[in-house]
Formats: sequence, structure tokens, C-alpha cells
Amino acid sequence: MSITASIKKDFLEKLAKENKRADGRKLDEFRDIEIEVNVISKAEGSARVKIGNTQVITGIKMDVGEPYPDSPESGVMTTAAELIPMASPDFEAGPPRENAIELARVVDRGIRESEIIEVDKLCIEPEEKVWIVFIDIHVLDYDGNLFDAASLAALAALMTTTVPAERFEVGKDYPLPLKEPPVSCTSIKFNDVIIMDPSLDEEEIADARLTVATDTKGDIRAMQKGLNGSFTVDEIKKIIKASIDNGKKIREQLYKSVGK
Amino acid sequence: MKSDIKLFENGKRLDGRKPDELRPIKIEVGVLHRAEGSCYLEWGGNKVLAAVYGPREAVPRHTQNPLRAIVNARYNMAAFSVDERKRPGPDRRSREISKVTSEALEHTILLEKYPRAAIDVNIEVLEAEAGTRCAGLTAASVALVDAGIPMKDIPVACAAGKIDGQVVLDLGKEEDNFGEADLPIAIAPRTGEILLLQMDGHLTNEEFDKALELAIKGCKDVSEIQKKAITKRYEKEAEAN
Repeated sequence: MSITASIKKDFLEKLAKENKRADGRKLDEFRDIEIEVNVISKAEGSARVKIGNTQVITGIKMDVGEPYPDSPESGVMTTAAELIPMASPDFEAGPPRENAIELARVVDRGIRESEIIEVDKLCIEPEEKVWIVFIDIHVLDYDGNLFDAASLAALAALMTTTVPAERFEVGKDYPLPLKEPPVSCTSIKFNDVIIMDPSLDEEEIADARLTVATDTKGDIRAMQKGLNGSFTVDEIKKIIKASIDNGKKIREQLYKSVGK
Repeated sequence: MKSDIKLFENGKRLDGRKPDELRPIKIEVGVLHRAEGSCYLEWGGNKVLAAVYGPREAVPRHTQNPLRAIVNARYNMAAFSVDERKRPGPDRRSREISKVTSEALEHTILLEKYPRAAIDVNIEVLEAEAGTRCAGLTAASVALVDAGIPMKDIPVACAAGKIDGQVVLDLGKEEDNFGEADLPIAIAPRTGEILLLQMDGHLTNEEFDKALELAIKGCKDVSEIQKKAITKRYEKEAEAN
């Protein structure tokens, strides 16, 4: 660890012991969130999300393709994330690496496992033609907690998506059929202190990370643990509770920003 | 490709513009937190972001030049930026645009000040509607200014072309698809030097002269918008202090 990093770590740890954070937040408090929808008119749905200084844009494109043989009447979704070099001095150009792939998969799982997209309503001709939903995540500015920013942007974009049936000449356009959105909240742990929505400085000193996606009923729809540190059961329960509380607030904001 | 649509009629273009009229342009400077310099630009239906990192050590090391810095521009289109989803990642077209953009930007930067360094310029096309390379270069040079990179001039780009036999400025989407020629250029506005020039389609000698003249005029107009945006950004900063 470099000298500045270890000084930073000492400083943040000292603060955390007094239940404080460098930017003045409470330990379980999110940074300000901004959600803007319909930012890309070429996309079927789109959203730009800011959590503090972290900024992510997600676009939804749709295409007609073949269903998987084991689910001939279901639409298909795929999620891709790009950590473009614009977003951080540490990101490099080129095909997605570990971090981008993990990000895409965590967002994908949050959406897939919660079954927010009603894939059975995306069938055009069984075994022949179904809708494919492409979720493309672009990270524009990286200041910590990409998981939550990316999944929130994906949700907001999906909620504003119109199925472009007219362009593909398979009927009339209609809004993408969706169920209640799950909201994901990420916490990190360092030296036995747990904080929600880590900034970049906090993320850099994390021992362990946990992302929890919860639904309107407060049920858990997806989880992902990361890094080589560990959590106790109590810590995980605490994180889940904080995720439900924060998730509720974020969901309200999400509904408001997509006009629902 | 020929079409039945009349692109130019009664002195007006499809979108109502006059032959020498630009699409609306909006430039915002310093929009990203991590980058050393950044710029968001809207040009008609194009939405482009540019971010600058560096000068920093060029990697891999064999790319280093012991006498000067190199400029690495990377033009990239978002998958959702076009009607038909674009496969993410670089393709031949974006590699070529990256190369000509790097070269155009290198010309005005005082590269000798930073031997062995790289100046990384990231251009992300978030939404595309004809003329993205011009929009990207124009945004990139504003981001370079924002990053405090020493430059002799602020490069600027604009295209001219030909539709229905008429030479016009700044082609729109249909004009680009169905027009007869496209001539994107970049210049150093102070000296008028041409830093980038590409052309496809068919122009007579006379038409080329006219198109070039028109494109240069377009560049100069865009240059004023760039300067205004930069001034505005630093006025804001000065007021805040």
C-alpha cells in the first residue's frame, strides 16, 4: 500500500470508530441520488443515474431473435457493462475484464432473479421469434459503488422502455411489461465497521463487500459478496435491514423519476 | 444509395435549414469528476462526452517517445447510440476515427513539454446522428483545454457535403445516408491550418472548393461556441471564489 493510501485508511478508520465518515454521512446513509430518464432517444429506454460523483448511463436496445430451446416462449435478456477509460484514470480500454464482467453479472442477476421483466410477454412466435432485451451499462464517472448506480440506471431505463414492435413490423409498440423493481444496496466492511454506499476512498480500503437487492415486500431477491474479507451472520442481517430501509427510499425516488 | 426523398427543395433542407446553416450546438465544460478535463457536447441529434487524462506515463512502454508526448484518442460508440444496437468495443471504423483524431489533436498540443508521456482522450458517442467524428473532436479539444494541456490553438471540426447537387454545411442523418458527398474537416482556427480532412462521395473540383470553404466557415462558427463555453466555465469558477 502506498503512503497516501495508508494515511487515508488510518484517517477513515479513526472516523468510523466515532461513527463518522469523511463526507459527513451517517454509516448507513446513501449519497444524494439523481435519476434522469429518456436521455438517449435512439434507445428504447435509457437513464442516467448519479450517486454522489459516480455517474452511470444505461441504455436499452431491443431486437428480434430466437428463443433458447428450453424456454421457447420467453424473451431473452442480456446485460453488458463497460468500464470505459473515461470514467477513471485506472480503467483501460479493451474487452471487459473481471470487474466489468462481475458488475454486469450482478446487475443481470438482480433483474433476472427478481423476474422484473415479464419474459413470457415478449414472445412473438413460439420457438421462432422472441424479443431480446439488451441492457448496456456505461460507467461515465467512477467514485465508488458502481453496483448500485448501474442497477438503478438499468431499472430506470427498463421502466421507460417501449417495445419497438412497429419498427420491426410485428404489431404495435407497447411499454415493456414489468413487475415491481428490486433495489440493490451495497455495503462494505473494513476493520469491523460496516458502511453503506461506499465512496471510492472507502471502497479502496474495504475488506469485504455485500450487495443486497430487495423488493417491495422487503424480500431479498439477489445478493453478491465480494473481496477477500468476511462477514458474520449478525453483520449480514444488519446489512440486509439497512438495505431494505434504504431500498424503500430509493424505490420511491425511482418511481417518482419515471413518472409512476 | 438513392432515395425518393427530396433532400433539398426551395432553398431549404429536410429539417428546414438553409444550405449554410449548422444544427444547434450546445457545449458544457467540466462535467465529469474524475477526469482532468471533460466536455459534453450536443450537436443536432448527437450527444458526445469527452474526457482527458494525463499527461501521464505512456504504457505500454514501447509506445513512449523520448522526445515528446503522444496523444491517445479513443473514439467509442455506445451500444445504444444508434438504431440498430452496435456491438460494444472497437471496430475498424472507430479505430480509424481514433487515429485521425489523435493526429489532429497532436498538432496543436505542445508535446515537447512532456517526453515519454501520454495524453489520453476518451470520446464516447452516447447518441449518434451523423457527424460524430466532428462532434467528438470538437468536444475533445475543449476537454483538453479544461485539463489545462498547453496548446497553440483549440482545434475544431465541422463537415460539409453535397445533397441533391447542392453543397451544404453540416450534414444531417438523411443527408449523410442519401447525400452525394461528405467532407469532414478539422482546423486550427487561429491559423486556418487543416488538421483533419476526409471525404467520401462525389464532388467536382468546383464543388470541393465550395464545400471546403463552407466547412471552414462552419468550423469558425463552432469555434466561437467552444470559446464561449470555456469562458463560461471559468467565469463560474471565478465567481465561486
